[in-house]
Amino acid sequence: MRPSLRSSNLCLVHVQRVSRVSAERVVVAMSGGVDSSLAAALVAETGVDAVGITMHLAGSESRCCSLDDADDARQVADRLGIKFYVANYADLFRSEVIEPFADSYLRGETPIPCVACNKRFKFDLLLERARALGADRVATGHYARIERDPETGRLRLLRALDLSKDQTYFLFQLDQQQLAQAWFPLGERTKAQVREQARELGLITADKPESQEICFVPEGDYAKVVEGIRPEARAQSGEVVNAAGNVVAEHDGVHRFTVGQRKGLGVQASKPLYVTRIEASRRRVVVGERAELETRKAYVREVSWIAGKAPAEAVAARVHIRYRHAGAMAKVEPLPGDAARIEFDETVRAVSPGQAAVFYDGEEVLGGGWLAREPL
Amino acid sequence: MRIYLDHNATTPLRPEVVDAMLPALREGYGNPSSTHEEGAAARRLVETARSRVAALFGAATREVVFTAGATEANNAVLASLRSSETPWNRLVTTQVEHPSVREPACGLEAEGVPVTWLGVDETGRVDIGELERDLAANGPALVSVIAANNETGVLAPLPEIGACVRAAGSFLHADVTQALGKTSLAEWAGPAHFLSASAHKLNGPKGTGCLVARGAPAIPALLQGGPQERRARGGTENVAGIAGFGRACELARCELPERVERYAALRDRLWNGLSEKLGSVRWNGREGGVENLLANTLNIEIEGAAADVLLQALDLDGVAVSAGAACHSGSIEPSHVLSAMGRSPEQARGTLRLSVGYGNDEAQIDAAIAAIVELVPRARAAGQ
Repeated sequence: MRPSLRSSNLCLVHVQRVSRVSAERVVVAMSGGVDSSLAAALVAETGVDAVGITMHLAGSESRCCSLDDADDARQVADRLGIKFYVANYADLFRSEVIEPFADSYLRGETPIPCVACNKRFKFDLLLERARALGADRVATGHYARIERDPETGRLRLLRALDLSKDQTYFLFQLDQQQLAQAWFPLGERTKAQVREQARELGLITADKPESQEICFVPEGDYAKVVEGIRPEARAQSGEVVNAAGNVVAEHDGVHRFTVGQRKGLGVQASKPLYVTRIEASRRRVVVGERAELETRKAYVREVSWIAGKAPAEAVAARVHIRYRHAGAMAKVEPLPGDAARIEFDETVRAVSPGQAAVFYDGEEVLGGGWLAREPL
Repeated sequence: MRIYLDHNATTPLRPEVVDAMLPALREGYGNPSSTHEEGAAARRLVETARSRVAALFGAATREVVFTAGATEANNAVLASLRSSETPWNRLVTTQVEHPSVREPACGLEAEGVPVTWLGVDETGRVDIGELERDLAANGPALVSVIAANNETGVLAPLPEIGACVRAAGSFLHADVTQALGKTSLAEWAGPAHFLSASAHKLNGPKGTGCLVARGAPAIPALLQGGPQERRARGGTENVAGIAGFGRACELARCELPERVERYAALRDRLWNGLSEKLGSVRWNGREGGVENLLANTLNIEIEGAAADVLLQALDLDGVAVSAGAACHSGSIEPSHVLSAMGRSPEQARGTLRLSVGYGNDEAQIDAAIAAIVELVPRARAAGQ
């Protein structure tokens, strides 16, 4: 292993200034996990001037983006011989991701904070920092691909070749400008290949376990995080009712429920019951049988389109209504005010307000938006 | 060439210091506690260094206890508050201390030891009246004060503080880590009973420092485990480190006046260049008079700039500076020192600490000015 610039030179005044290479400078977002570690290696391998940055987002309660992870990322950067910095965004992350996440639960929704995190932090704030550091592009360890349409010149966001790892669901808000400055070196690799190559390169993160779905929620205990941010949530008990409006149980707060949830309802019934609707303003959780979860219609708000503008008329698309959803064919009809109506070809289960609906044409992401409770 | 403007974080080793350390590493391997010639040779290295260090402090050799650095020395002094043998049972300190005083002080406070946290004015200086009133109201105390602030370079009024402390029958600990080798301690720090310092801040090696105790009651050894340092600090001496510290102190004593003059000239050149070419900059601490600042430190607030971004951009361009205070893993928290001086979190986030020292020259300062002036607009864009 060659010594890094930083560990070898305490007598800095006598050390050669880091050569001002004419190579393009690229910032690599390094979380301390195996994916972004290998992304950094692949970027560095191309000969560009790679600069690794760990965004310190959440405090020590988080398992992701913690200072331990930053130390892992630093070791990988040292191994690769690239510069490395930590950037502290903990305050902004709290106000722009964690608090809205808690508030969304209190509105009876099931939020997916990773979309806003990716858009705002990795392709807004980090790009801004990259520009200040003289870099025009940001590389990340996302499993996704970007391709330029030879006819229109527009950039297309494509699913990863390894569909089981595809992360385009979280990236549907990226615009053309951001795609032009993004680089996803892992888009054509499988997770197994990534680990294998990381091992070959001797990266210490090669066998690090996967991070959990939402990085700042330890052990999947959403309710605890919500109550930590909004203590008033603790005193919001209410009723569990059936479709007819009869009270069948009590609950400890609507933030503990998700549409489609079956366990923990505190209801005895002959047939399995599911949460079908959450009425936060009345502190009510509505339960019903499986068939009541099924619907063919959904509405989305704050729709964005990768191409930069909505299609002129309704388009046929495969719509994913949560991460890892297999997708369902539908007609997506743009409505005024950045909204859209979705009509599924067949019924889908558990449309949860707060989750994203992402529209695909084959492997290409067309756009997406936020599932809403009612027509807009 | 890189340009290193972070001498308050640490300094490069002087070649003369390396020359003093190498024989200690190669031949002086004996244990200074041993009777045989190998041990005696090592002991001579330690005692030679002790007299050199004592000379820079204006202290007697028996008053110098070698430690692993100022952090250990500061911890040892504050830990004495747990002892029933010492004549103090409460602490008075300031809101602008280095973490090696602040954190043990917080720990003592959590254990129930009374702690008074003196504020500072917008120039970063302690209010003597507040100290006087506290000592009058609450009785004798151990008073621990940072002599030269690591972030701003603000010099504490040690003669006035010392007079006030001694008049109240109290005891003064001065953390002179940043002051040693950059200003004359003899008269200014004279009234302190305890003084802490680290070798690596004055071109000596890391991992070595000292606690100087003058006319002070004995305090318990923080590290127990042997008769070393007259039982004041257990553990086999870091002979090579101590030898390097001694040489660094000797150099500082010989060169002090010219060093101060040279550092001040470089710092002023830096300030003049930056204030001329950048709008909306502020030199924190200067309102208290430039004579009350370390000669080598420029704590500069650049309105609207994100200092952590600027630091990284400068580093990529070969210029090493510091933003706020260095924290774990390199992430930046707003400085408690600047907060205590009434600067807002936004203002603190736009603040760079530039500290000159050995190896810097005018050409480097001019190149650093050019780099900063070039990068500030970008850091301002990122600070929006």
